[in-house]
Formats: sequence, C-alpha cells, structure tokens
Amino acid sequence: MSHPGWEAVIGIEIHVQLQTRTKMFCGCELSFGDPPNTHTCPVCLAHPGALPVANAEAVRLGIVAGLALGCEIATESTFHRKNYFYPDLPKAYQISQYDEPLCVGGSFTYIEEDGERTVRITRVHLEEDAAKLLHLSSGGRRAGAEQSAVDFNRGGTPLAEIVTEPDLRSGQEASDFLKQLRATLRELGVSDCNMEEGSMRADANVSVRPAGSTELGTKTELKNINSFTFLRRGIDAEIARQIALIESGERVVQETLHFDPDTGELHPLRSKEEAHDYRYFPEPDLVPIAPDPAWVAELRAELPELPVARRRRYQRDLGLSYEDGEVLTETPELSAWFERTAALVEPKLAANWIRGDLRALLAERGEEPWQSNVTPEGLATLIAMVEAGEVSRPNAKVVLAAVVETGADPRAVVDEQGLGAMGDGDELRAAVERVVADNPKQAEQLRGGQDKLAGFFVGQVMKATQGRADPKAVGDLVREIVGGDER
Amino acid sequence: MIDPTALTAERALDALAAGETSAAELVDAYLARVEDDRWGSFLAVDAARARETARTIDAMPEKPPLRGVPVAVKDVLSTADLETTAGSRILQGFRPVYTATCVARLEAAGAIVIGKTNMDEFAMGSSTENSGYQLTRNPWDAERVPGGSSGGSAAAVAACQAPWSLGTDTGGSIRQPAALCGIVGMKPTYGAVSRYGLIAFASSLDQVGPFARTVRDAARLLSFMVGRDPMDSTSLDWPEPVVLPTAERLDGVRVGIVEELMGEGVEPGVRAAVERSMAVVEELGGTVVPVSLPSSEHGLATYYLIAPAECSANLARFDGVRYGPRAHADNLLDQYEITRGGLFGPEVKRRIMLGTFALASGYYDAYYRRAQKVRTLIVNDFAEAFRGVDLIASPTSPTVAFPLGERTADPYSMYLADVCTIPVSLAGLPAISIPCGLSEGLPVGLQLAGPAFSENRLFDAAHALEQAIGFDPTPPGLGV
Repeated sequence: MSHPGWEAVIGIEIHVQLQTRTKMFCGCELSFGDPPNTHTCPVCLAHPGALPVANAEAVRLGIVAGLALGCEIATESTFHRKNYFYPDLPKAYQISQYDEPLCVGGSFTYIEEDGERTVRITRVHLEEDAAKLLHLSSGGRRAGAEQSAVDFNRGGTPLAEIVTEPDLRSGQEASDFLKQLRATLRELGVSDCNMEEGSMRADANVSVRPAGSTELGTKTELKNINSFTFLRRGIDAEIARQIALIESGERVVQETLHFDPDTGELHPLRSKEEAHDYRYFPEPDLVPIAPDPAWVAELRAELPELPVARRRRYQRDLGLSYEDGEVLTETPELSAWFERTAALVEPKLAANWIRGDLRALLAERGEEPWQSNVTPEGLATLIAMVEAGEVSRPNAKVVLAAVVETGADPRAVVDEQGLGAMGDGDELRAAVERVVADNPKQAEQLRGGQDKLAGFFVGQVMKATQGRADPKAVGDLVREIVGGDER
Repeated sequence: MIDPTALTAERALDALAAGETSAAELVDAYLARVEDDRWGSFLAVDAARARETARTIDAMPEKPPLRGVPVAVKDVLSTADLETTAGSRILQGFRPVYTATCVARLEAAGAIVIGKTNMDEFAMGSSTENSGYQLTRNPWDAERVPGGSSGGSAAAVAACQAPWSLGTDTGGSIRQPAALCGIVGMKPTYGAVSRYGLIAFASSLDQVGPFARTVRDAARLLSFMVGRDPMDSTSLDWPEPVVLPTAERLDGVRVGIVEELMGEGVEPGVRAAVERSMAVVEELGGTVVPVSLPSSEHGLATYYLIAPAECSANLARFDGVRYGPRAHADNLLDQYEITRGGLFGPEVKRRIMLGTFALASGYYDAYYRRAQKVRTLIVNDFAEAFRGVDLIASPTSPTVAFPLGERTADPYSMYLADVCTIPVSLAGLPAISIPCGLSEGLPVGLQLAGPAFSENRLFDAAHALEQAIGFDPTPPGLGV
C-alpha cells in the first residue's frame, strides 16, 4: 500500500509469554487449557499477606532476549506497581517495570525482499499477565452478560514486553519484523510465541507525516493484535484513515483503537479505559534485579546463530530464495531439519521439496517435518533417487506420501510397490507403441501437426505404466514413434 | 493451679522442663484468663485447638524447644483455619489457607497459638480504637488506651493472658503499646523476620516482633523467628544467632540521647523517667551523650506519605471478589465502591486517599519522591549518629497512656503518638522499648535503637537496664 507524499511512522510493543515452568512471582505451574483455577496459590490469588518472589528463569530469559536484541542489560533494575482495579488483577496492581527496565537500547535487523532493515529497540522489561475473565450469558456475548467468572490459571504468567522505536514504515514491514523477531525468540527458547494461545500479542503505535518531514504526527495505538495478517491490515487501514483525515482538513486524535478484522474497520476503545492514572511506584516487596556481569557475559557467549543470520546465510550462501529463507527459519526445529537434509543433497532442492510436497502432505496431518515419520535422510534419499532418474517425479510424490504414512525407507517403498523408473528402454518403447496403436485417430492428428495431442499420449502412457515412466522420455518416444515424418 | 501473673515465658519453660507442670495445664491457665477478656485483647480464640496441641506436645517424648508455651498473635498475621481479619470488617469471617512464616516457625518450635489479638484496622492507629470490632483497654487503667496498633497483643501480655505475643511495627506499633502497657516490645531490623503472611500495611516498613514481660523472653521469642524465608524476597539471613542476654553492666557502652525527642511535646513525667534511666546507664558504667537527628522532625510527614502510598496499593486487593464479604450490586464499580466504602473504617479510608493522592500523576515528585529523599536523609542521620554512639535512646512515646476517646476526633494528635518511633522505622533499624518507670501511676517506655542487626547488643543493654531499674510489669490489681 503506497501513499505518495506521505510517510507512516510505526512503533510496536510486543508482549511475549516467557517459556518458564512456573509463574512470574509464585511456584504455580503454567498451563494452557487446564480446568479453571487449578493452578493457583495464595500469591497469585493475592491472598492477604502473600508476597511475590521473582522467577529467576524469567529473569534469565528476559536477559537472553535483551542480549539477542543487542540491548544493554541493566546492572540494577526494579519492579514497579501499576495500579488499577479490575477483577482479572487480584492484587489490583500489576507488577511491571517502569523507569528502570531490565534491558535498554538495542536494535533488531530483519530481512525484506529488497534488503535488510534495522529497527531500534527501546527496552525489554518483565511483568506479570492478568487472569482470564469469562463473561457468561445465554448468548455467549460479552454485552449483556449476566455473570462474570475469573480463571486465575493465567494470572501471574511471566511476560516480557519488547518496545521498539518508531522505525517501521508500513504494515508489511511491521509484519515482517514481527515474524523474524518471533523466529528469534523461539530459537532462544524465550517464548513459543503462539499467537493463537495469546503467548504473543502486539500493540502498534501509528502516525503519518508528509514525506521528508522529521516531525512526528499525532499517533494512535492499535491494541492487542494477535495475528500477522491483522497487524499488517490494521496498520495499513490506520495509515489510510489518518492520511484521509488530514487530507480532508481534519486532525488525527490521539486514541486507542481496535481493528476489526471482519469489517476492516478501526473502532476507538472507550476513553474511560484510557483515563487511567496508574500511580506507578517502586514495588517494595521485591529487591532490585542485579545480575552478575560475569553471568550476563556467559549468557551472551552462549547465544546461538539466530534466525536472521541463518536466513542471510541461506539466501547468500545456499542460493535459497527470499521465501525459502522465510519459511525455513520460522522455527529452529525446521531450520535444523532443513540443514540436515541440505547436508546430503543440493540445498535448493531440499528447500523446494520441504516447502512444496513435504509440507503439503504434512499439512493434512497437522505435522511439521521434524514431528513427522519422515527423516532428513529419507527425504534426501528420495531427492537423490529422483535426480538419478531412479524414480519419476510423479511417483516420488507417491513414495513420499507412503513415507509420511509409515516412516518406511523410500528405497524400500519403491521396490515393494514397483514404482522404479522404467528408463527409456524396450519396456517403455513397447508401452508407447501399444498406446499409439490403440489410438490411431489421435496418432494421425498428432502426426498432422496437432502438437497438443502429445500431452494426451504422455498421459495415457503414464497411466498405463502406473507413473513409473519418465514423462520426458515418454514424450520423446511418442514423437519418435508417431511422427515418422521428421521436421 | 498455675498463676500466670507470676509467670514469665522463661519461668514457664523451666517449670515444664522440671516436670512441675504440663503444656495442657499451662494452656488451661492462660485460656481461663483469655476467656475472661475484660480488656478486649482477643478477637478470636480456638481453645479446642490450643488444648489439643498442648496434649500432643505433652505426649511427645522429645519436647520441642518452646514446650507448648502459649503465644498470642496479632490478628494481622495469617493463621490457617483461624479467623484472621487484621481488625477489619472487610475480612470478617476470613479463614486463611496458610500460616504466616513467623507463626509457623514458632509453632514448629513448640509454641501454641492461644488466640488472635485486637488491633487498629490494618495496623493503622496508635490506640487500637480503630479496630473494626472492639475497644481494648489498658490493663493499668481500664479507661485508657493500650496504645496501638498492636494494642491487643500488648494488653494480653500486660494482663498475663499470654506470657508473650507477636505484634507488628510499621511506625511504632510494637514499641508504643509496649511503652503504654509497661512491657517489653521489640521491632527487629527490617528484613530480620519474614513478612510472608503479614497482611501488609506499608511493605517497606512492616516488621514482626515480640512482646514480653522480660527482655530475655523477647529475645527468646525473636530467636525462633529470624532468618531468610524463600517466600519473602526482602527477608535476610541473620548474621549471628540471637543470644539470650545476660549483661549486668554497660561498661564502655555509649548511649546517645536524642535532643530533638526530649523537648517540647514530651510530658514532663515521661522526660523525668527517661532522664532517670540515663542516670542508670551511667551507674552501670555506660556513657550518655546528646545526639542530634536533624531530619527527624520531618519523620512524621515523611512517614505519612510513604506508608499511605504503599497502603493505597496494598489494600486495593480487598475488593470482595475473592474473599471477605461482598456487596451485591448491579455493576462492577458499584460492587467495589459499596464493598470497600462500607467495610473500611474512616482511618483506613483516610490513608488510602492520602496515599492515592501522593502517588497521583503530577503529585508524585512533590510528595512520594520527595518523601523517599527525606527518608534517605533520616537514614543518613542515624548513620552519622552511630559514628559516635553504640545505641540511641529516647522516650518511646511522648506521653503515657491517654484516655479512651481523647484523640479519636483529631487524627493529627493521634499521629503524634508515634513521633519518637517513626524515624527508627524509616531507617529500618532495630529498636526495643522497655518500661523505665511510672508517671502519674502509668508506665513510661524507654526506646533504645541500634544499627542494623545490632539486636544482640540492644538486648544486652536493655537487659542490664531492666535488671537495674527493677520495674514490675504487673499492673496493680491484676493479681488473682
């Protein structure tokens, strides 16, 4: 989406659920989908006298995220209380970080189709999530609900909030940035970033200004976006809305908006919810986080190759396309699986097979390659057989389906089911001759110059040979046998 | 039959060790006094459970160190299955699911919780008149206050309804009622005792501590509570064991008497008793020098910004959603407002509003942040003073116990009751109050404060003074 003469300025705040075993400030296990209120204790229910204790693993993951984003890790950072009343917040304050966050001042470079972009990272801080409210009414709708119930299982889930500077320029950039950031956080085990389960949510701050201007326009905030598509569409809709407003002589009002993906419209959230004075003050129940610098250095040294670097390597060194790079660095598991395959066969072929037939077959089963019956060795074997002409491309797909089903060795599948290629020898020649003899009329037409009938013959032969023939060899033979008159 | 008025915890322990009595007999003797609660010390008593625990301990071949000696517990400390209200109607009928760490440690050591004591609602007050339930009377004069906020725990010990008890001290809530009731009260260094299970008033100031009739009993009770608790991040490892004091002399001990806390506003009889005890310090070989805490005059103002600010957040959880009584209303806001508006008392509401205001956007710098800066100045004052002296002395309370109802209409006059204890609290330091004489027939408390973790030094000095002063903690007419 392009608006000549205008530039959009976008910053993102991302909440990710940290992949810890227990909650941010108590020992209750994290769970998704368990019966309500089965993972609670005096601390996360805010019983009188209960006190928070910071989860050391959450602190570690926050620092790892900060290091991967090139942030400075604060030698001392503090928790603050953010005060507001709501039934999903049992203490009536959220323990968060305010003016002394865990990590500050980094950057994240990601890959666009036309090159790399860098987004500055303002900060990474730790906080706890609220509980889940269930509004109960016969219609199941929130409006007019007769009762509300609270499920505290999620209450106290550790979150990291990552805040960027306003360095993004379009919904597409925001979406690409977030996808690659997600891959990075997954790779590090910081978060599973599962947007459907709410373990990754984004807010976008959007403003527009005349191209070339350095001043910032009035911004609006798009809250709680839980898919990449909605992020892109929501931002683009908001950019268009703001430009239309200004071009018609009106002003952008600073407000919080909700993007309705069904209608593509943006609706202001009630201003009452915005009027909060959170009365932040330092949390007296917790001591400051003061990580040992030597430990931080150790964590820095342990950082693995991150997905963006890997993607750069795939595209530059392995000859993979932009899309290949995107797909194959989505998860560390998929990257590892691809690399094991690519070590055995031509990487581009491995990428094509994984992105194409393999994922298509697995999609029906809801599996990813590393979860499936297929091994990198198995796929590589099959690819090598195709390349060596030992099995036809169409039959290779049949073989792969069998491997997906049973995990059998591809070579064994070929042998057992007799799917081996026929080559271009006598057997194939006999089959072609038989098909030509059976279809004299079509043979005559082909001979008369109706080239499209070549496809008909190839199809008939492939059928007659149960796909074992190499379609190209069949085509050559058809022309040789039918077309007596050389042209 | 045992006469609790003739007992200290130490004597009770000796009698138990010698087989002269049993835990069951001891518990019965104290329960008899608890059940005849003329002073209004107790809010909840579980006699059956206390008796059962006593029988269990009596049946043990190896006795735990506290041998079934009863302890009274301020109602601000969480006790599993025993109603815990913090003196507030908003927690009426609330039975906690867990026990505060300090109480659990005492129970593990063989102490028996005999009941929960009355207090100012959420520990906000200096007379226990802010209790949502009842008045507590001073055992020395039934028409006077016992002090507060731990007035029930102080009165229970003064009235020999328990040999010792637990209080909590935020700005003086152990020391001031100890002074007014003529007993010993100790506020440990901030972080010495776990706050897990202490229903928070002001988290950066709250500490649990003992009341007892002797300094040695106070030291003994504290010794079983201190030490790091994984459930409280602000709790600290105790650097050395608490030792039962034996000192009889104060040779070489330098005591600083706070000039600012001996002037205007201190009753002459109180000043005279404190001055007499300074003479005793010198008789015991110590030296007394004047010290100045120049920022302490701002202590009260500082405290009444920081403590309400913290309480405004700490008390926000009492919304009727998860526990306690809940008002039924048509919408959420009404539910909050009717529940909280109807069940919090006026002093609690006053402090919540003060604190909310002090933290509000646009006022934070002028109030809360500034108060934190003054708090640092007060910390520095003490550090400076402790360069020249080992201990700092002052009256615990500027007055003796005042009549019931005298100050309830004037919050500021009530706040002044803690003017001597608040600076020590803001600095997070340990302090003890011991009775040092009578004024107009009512006890006067002497406060001794020391540097962080100087509890053993404090106990030693307090013990030597206690022995030399020879104050009888039994109120007249209390005997059987």
